Formats: sequence, C-alpha cells, structure tokens
Amino acid sequence: MSTHQHINSSTDKIWSVLEEVTDPEVPVLSVIDLGVIRDVKLNTTPNGEENIEVVITPTYSGCPAMDVIRMNIRMVLLQHGYKNVQITTVLSPAWTTDWMTETGKQKLKDYGIAPPNLKQQVCNTQLFAEDEAVQCPHCGSYNTRRISEFGSTACKAQYQCNACHEPFDYFKCH
Amino acid sequence: MNQSIIDYTLHLADNALIIAQRNSEWCGHGPVLEQDIAITNISLDLIGQARSLYQYAAELINSNNASEGEATEDTLAYLRDARAFKNCLLTEQPNGDWAQTILRQFFFSTYQYLLYQQSQQSTDATLAAIAEKSLKEVTYHLRWSSEWVIRLGDGTEESRNRMLNAIDELWMYTGEMFIPVEYESDVAAEGIGVDVTSLKDQWDQRVNEIFAEATLPVPSAGAWSQTGGKEGIHTEHLGYILAELQFMQRAYPNSEW
Repeated sequence: MSTHQHINSSTDKIWSVLEEVTDPEVPVLSVIDLGVIRDVKLNTTPNGEENIEVVITPTYSGCPAMDVIRMNIRMVLLQHGYKNVQITTVLSPAWTTDWMTETGKQKLKDYGIAPPNLKQQVCNTQLFAEDEAVQCPHCGSYNTRRISEFGSTACKAQYQCNACHEPFDYFKCH
Repeated sequence: MNQSIIDYTLHLADNALIIAQRNSEWCGHGPVLEQDIAITNISLDLIGQARSLYQYAAELINSNNASEGEATEDTLAYLRDARAFKNCLLTEQPNGDWAQTILRQFFFSTYQYLLYQQSQQSTDATLAAIAEKSLKEVTYHLRWSSEWVIRLGDGTEESRNRMLNAIDELWMYTGEMFIPVEYESDVAAEGIGVDVTSLKDQWDQRVNEIFAEATLPVPSAGAWSQTGGKEGIHTEHLGYILAELQFMQRAYPNSEW
C-alpha cells in the first residue's frame, strides 16, 4: 500500500487505524472507546504537503497515560504509512465519561471494571450527593459500597460488593 | 497588562504545584492505604493543573520577550527561586499531622472550587478551558476533604483536638486568598481573572456549614491574616520545599529520564 493512497483516503480510514491505540493503563480500551479523540483532520501545509491532525483531550489533567497515548498514536499512524502527523491537545469542552462508547463500557465490564454510569443521571458537582448505585462487574449485584473515591488511577474509584464480597474498580462518572 | 496575566497565571500554577508537592510527601506514609492513594491522586490532579498553567505562562512569556531565553513549564517549576514564587502561604504550610493536611486541603479546595467556577467565564479562552477541566477534579478534592473534616472534628476526643490544633495553625493563612495583589486586580478588571474578594462570602459559608457539621468552632471574623506569598514574601517553609523539588535540575542541569 502506498503512502499516496493513504493520504488521499478519507479520515474514516484513520479513525479505524486509531482503534489499534489502547489506553496503557486500561489496555482493553482503545482511545476511541475512551472518547479522547475529538477530531481527525486532513490539512494542507503551505508547501503543499498534506498532514494529519489528530485532536485529543486528556481524561484528567494529571493523567500520566496521555504522554504515552500521544506517542502511540504517532507510532501507529507511522506504521500505517502516514508521515506527517500532528497531535493537538484541547481542554474544552472537558472530557466526560459520557463520551465513552457502549462497546468500551462492555469491554470494561468484561475486564472486571465497573463501567461509568451516565453522567446526566447521577453525576453532579454537589457535595454529599447520594452514592451512586454501582453494579458489581463480577456477580451483577447493585448491593455495593464505595471504599474510596480515589483508586489505582485518576479515573477509578474503589468499591466492594456486599453480595459476593469481591473488591472492584469503578471507572467513575466524570 | 501582559505582565499581569503572566504573574496571575504563575500565581495559579504555583498554588497548585506547591500544595501538590506538600501532599505528595504523604506518599507511602498515609494513615491507611486507601487514603495514601487518595492524597497522592489529589497531588497528581494538581500537578496536571499546574502543568497546563505553566505551559500557558511559558507561552505568554515567550511571546512577550524572546531575548531572555525560552521559558518552558520545566524552567518555571524548577529554575525559579523562592522570591519568584507567587503561591499563597497556606499551600506551603507543613503537613503536620493528618488533621492539618486535611484542613489545609479543605480550605484550599473550597477556594479553588469557587475560583475555577468563576474562571470558566474568563475572557481568556485558555484560562477558561483550564478552569472548566480542573473544576471537575477539584470537586472530588472538596468532597473528600469536607468528609474528613467532619469525620475528625466530630470524631474522638483525640481527632477533635487535632482538628482544633490545625485550625489554630492554619487560620491566619486563609485570609490572604481573598486579599488581591496588584496583578490580580489588573486581570480582574479586564475580565481575565477572578475578583477574589467576591469569593470570600461563599468560602465563609461553606466553611461554616462544614464546621457546623463537624462541631468545630469557626474563628472570629476579622482575625488577623498573614500575607505576602502572592508577592514572593514567603514563610520559612518554601525554601525547603524548593530545595527538594528542584534538587535534580539544580545539581544536574537539563537532566532527563
């Protein structure tokens, strides 16, 4: 496959290539499942060359995975013959777990991590809001309790199931 | 005007970096594993916010004056001396015991929550975007620290005494957050920055609510406030923080790993 052919192809092709880039901390999720890819653009530079601009947004401000994700996007596109790749970071609108795909949520559950609840239903910025009903990814019970709002990575909280007693991570609604 | 935006952005960044550095001292020393993880996660969020702000400050500095050598987020964090840091005195206070760390975080998160809420309307698009992003993270910090203030204040005699001691140690550093210095007034007048005096009532209200639930006394209004941090006049503690934070870059300039 020639580079030329790729550059003239639509951005759809690039989106499908980006499916190969995974979150280094939650490797079952692709960057598309995660919702961090905001746009893919084909630009023409002043000297007539085409370049690809991938627009991404961080999950959490301090998420150390973002540097790795940036590098991996570049690597995967290079492997597919795309030479001029530019990665742009935007902060607004701020990332939300509502941008996670349904496939992504199912993958998380299969992996043993409770997927985020829908933001509109439960997520708010109020203090002492009622605890969310989070479903145990192991036995399916909603009889679970929060151990800590902070977990092994910035995006997760620690929960325990009162039914099967297994501890589990909840990808928190954000 | 340009210098005021730079100073203001550095002030916001320094606040986030210094309290993050303080909190990170708990790494491996937290009272229980879950809370060790919580306080270091809060550090991570704040370091991320500081990075966004330093990157923006560097961009402003470089477009303002190219002759002084290129500024980067790293030169701003690692190569400025204490007098150039503009963080509030509260953020540099020692961790003390768990109660003191909790109370410092609660006072700071309440302020940061209100500040970022307003900053979302900044006429400066970058500062507005950083605020929008950061506010979601600060909400967790505020909820977590509020819960701990209540748990300790309304807990055992021991935990309550520790909270009372923490109030004595920290209250004098809270007023500074709401007393604007010149660069803050400049940017507030332009709609770029927040008028911090306008945050004071809401801050008091939140502190009163949480302290009431924690059965803790609120120090009398109008108590004397220590100031100076925003203009580089710090307590003796900042120098020690920077000695540790900046050691590698000072001893091995430009080292990378």
